[in-house]
Amino acid sequence: MSDATGPIVTADGVPLKRKLAQAMFRSRARAFGLALPLLAFIIVAFIIPILTLLYRGVHDPRFAQFMPRTTAIIQKWDTKSPVTEEMAAALVADMVVARKERTIGQVATRVNRELPGTRSLFTSTARKAKKMKPPYLEALIKKDRKWGDNATWQAIKITAKTYTPAYLLQAVDLKYNADGSITRQPERYRIYLKLLIRTMRISLIVTLATLVLGYPVAYLLSTLPVRTSNMLLILVLLPFWTSLLVRTTSWIAILQSEGVLNNLFVLFGITTDQQRFSMIYNETGVLIAMTHILLPFMILPLYSVMKTIPPSYVRAAKSMGARPATAFWRVYFPQSVPGIGAGALLVFILAIGYYITPALVGGEDGQMISNMIDFHMRKSLNWNLAAALGAVLLVVVLFFFWLYDRLVGIDNMKLG
Amino acid sequence: MSAESQTVSKEDGFVVFDHVQKSYDGETLVVKDLNLAIGKGEFLTMLGPSGSGKTTCLMMLAGFETATHGDILLGGHPINNIPPHKRGIGMVFQNYALFPHMTVGENLSFPLEVRKMAKAEREEKIRRALDMVEMLDFINRRPAQLSGGQQQRIALARSLVFEPDLVLMDEPLGALDKQLREHMQFEIKHLHDRLGVTVVYVTHDQSEALTMSDRIAVFDDGVIQQLATPDDLYERPENAFVAQFIGENNRMTGTVKAIEGDVATVELDGGTVVTAKAVNCGDVGGRTTLSIRPERVKVGADQGTNRTDAEVLELIYLGDHIRCRMRVHGNEDFIVKVPNAADNKRLVVGEKTSVGWETEDCRALDAT
Ligand SMILES: Nc1ncnc2c1ncn2[C@@H]1O[C@H](COP(=O)(O)OP(=O)(O)O)[C@@H](O)[C@H]1O
Ligand SMILES: [Mg+2]
Repeated sequence: MSDATGPIVTADGVPLKRKLAQAMFRSRARAFGLALPLLAFIIVAFIIPILTLLYRGVHDPRFAQFMPRTTAIIQKWDTKSPVTEEMAAALVADMVVARKERTIGQVATRVNRELPGTRSLFTSTARKAKKMKPPYLEALIKKDRKWGDNATWQAIKITAKTYTPAYLLQAVDLKYNADGSITRQPERYRIYLKLLIRTMRISLIVTLATLVLGYPVAYLLSTLPVRTSNMLLILVLLPFWTSLLVRTTSWIAILQSEGVLNNLFVLFGITTDQQRFSMIYNETGVLIAMTHILLPFMILPLYSVMKTIPPSYVRAAKSMGARPATAFWRVYFPQSVPGIGAGALLVFILAIGYYITPALVGGEDGQMISNMIDFHMRKSLNWNLAAALGAVLLVVVLFFFWLYDRLVGIDNMKLG
Repeated sequence: MSAESQTVSKEDGFVVFDHVQKSYDGETLVVKDLNLAIGKGEFLTMLGPSGSGKTTCLMMLAGFETATHGDILLGGHPINNIPPHKRGIGMVFQNYALFPHMTVGENLSFPLEVRKMAKAEREEKIRRALDMVEMLDFINRRPAQLSGGQQQRIALARSLVFEPDLVLMDEPLGALDKQLREHMQFEIKHLHDRLGVTVVYVTHDQSEALTMSDRIAVFDDGVIQQLATPDDLYERPENAFVAQFIGENNRMTGTVKAIEGDVATVELDGGTVVTAKAVNCGDVGGRTTLSIRPERVKVGADQGTNRTDAEVLELIYLGDHIRCRMRVHGNEDFIVKVPNAADNKRLVVGEKTSVGWETEDCRALDAT
């Protein structure tokens, strides 16, 4: 189009470009409008809660909020030099207010997390705070010798940070010190990494087990005539129709030491009555029950991919002289990889956050990271640490997602 | 390897089906007593309507289906118990079955790798095979990046690269458009002539079969109706099914009145009495189908032994000839091809005239 003729206009004189943009905008707006309710729901019910929770993993304003004077003054303290009268005065003044406003309990709980055993120190000192006279440091030490100890004040300094890496570091067994350095937690507090590794090990074993068990089933389903395969598919889906709780508890009935399986073992002389296998309330029980529960999530994506692989590929390979095993590994298997990827990723991500099954059949050594998150949410009420553990879990999942993308390619995934 | 190999005996057949039967469900026979001997280097086509059992025969030969009864021999040895990968038979599938996760070169390399061939030798053979189908430039492409015709060539090259003695092709051109199909027919035929490989080819397209084959086995309902060279099949069909299936055909039904030598006298259902070559018409008093090719019918003829009334219903001008649809004895689909020669009289629609033919050209076949 040359400059002389000017822009093309439609019959009513509006430039074509603008008309087109209007039409496009309207159709896009309509599409967006249709998705809006779901989008709003996801934002309100999913994204915002997750972000808020993750925020808690690094954000804890309680101490700074309820003990403003102490917070202001302790920032200047280098953690090594002796405690000053100024700091002591600020603390006593804050305690008087906190006791009056009944916030001292929260403050005590918070500091107690950094230095176990300081809870009663705070509450009992606060009770006496109103009657204390200067010099305050002396008065504090007189009340409890711990006030003379730098460790107590170091714990306060850590706590006074509104934004703190302490919880995230604690979630991977590291300790954030008052001077800003990071060290490993003392031996007896290192529990989370072990738990995280166990969680990943259980998830990987379950993923592998579902793959090994599910692959032949999916293959069989994909080669059967439609009517038969539909029947069998219903059997595969049957577990979805019973509650997770019922399925998990039925494993208890089967696997416990007086259970069906052990009775059979004794009956057939595989073991004796005194040496029954312990297959429940430990990691073994978790593995068995989770493999069973997650199996359909492996079979379905595998089946949907295998169904689309025409039998003529394997036939062609055989006609060219490939033994059945070679034909399978070099021709069939590579084409089923998108299904394996989708199934494995699905099962792994579901497994890594699994909660009910380990809680019911896990016993002591079958607990997973989600059970710990649950513990901190409901029992210890340390939501911040729960959030930090959740964040670590999220990072692990994202890492495996990235790894999968690198190895298989996310666009190579087929879910149905 | 053409017209002279009209018959191949069971003893010197390269591929032999010996009383082969096949049933999938134990109730119906999909292949009924198949006897077929294919010579070495021959291009044999199995032609027949869909569902007539052609693919089943090919799959039994390749080893993907087992014969319910009877023997299949390859090079004189029964192969019923040899698994497909040990038969050394090349195969081209209708959907090509090129491995989508391998490049063209890797696809061709596959049959050589499983034979543990050295790399240098492999590359040499792959080059030669690709060169043969003029696809050398595409060696690093994936099948998905090729057009249908190109994929077809690769499939062909892959089935030939390991130099099998026998190649099976199941409707390999079925997915191509008409022009490409005709072009590929010639290419496959030329490859066959050049390499001397034995080809068993399956199609339901009769013109494809006529173009390419040394011999054609016409299948219907699991039975070979006729096994013959293309010209025999067209000019000397042995039963009404073959006459109808191959080429254009006019049929008339009637009753056999007399048989003298190979000439049958037949009373058509309309009452006219005509003579025809007795091929497969049974005894006197039996029903028969008369078959005559449109180009063998003479219009308005005064001469000739057989004459009957006809009315012109439709004329289609086709340049070199005129296609004329007529009513003959109540049959409104009687087709006649009138050569567009200078001395031929012009026909007009509605004109009442007569048609005639030589006894030789009209074949008395079985009643259907
Ligand atoms: N795998 C099979 N199972 C059952 N019946 C089959 C199978 N394959 C083919 N048939 C039946 O056998 C008959 C012949 O099929 P086929 O050999 O594919 O014929 P064609 O290739 O000549 O079209 C058809 O009636 C078909 O329904
Ligand atoms: Mg077929």
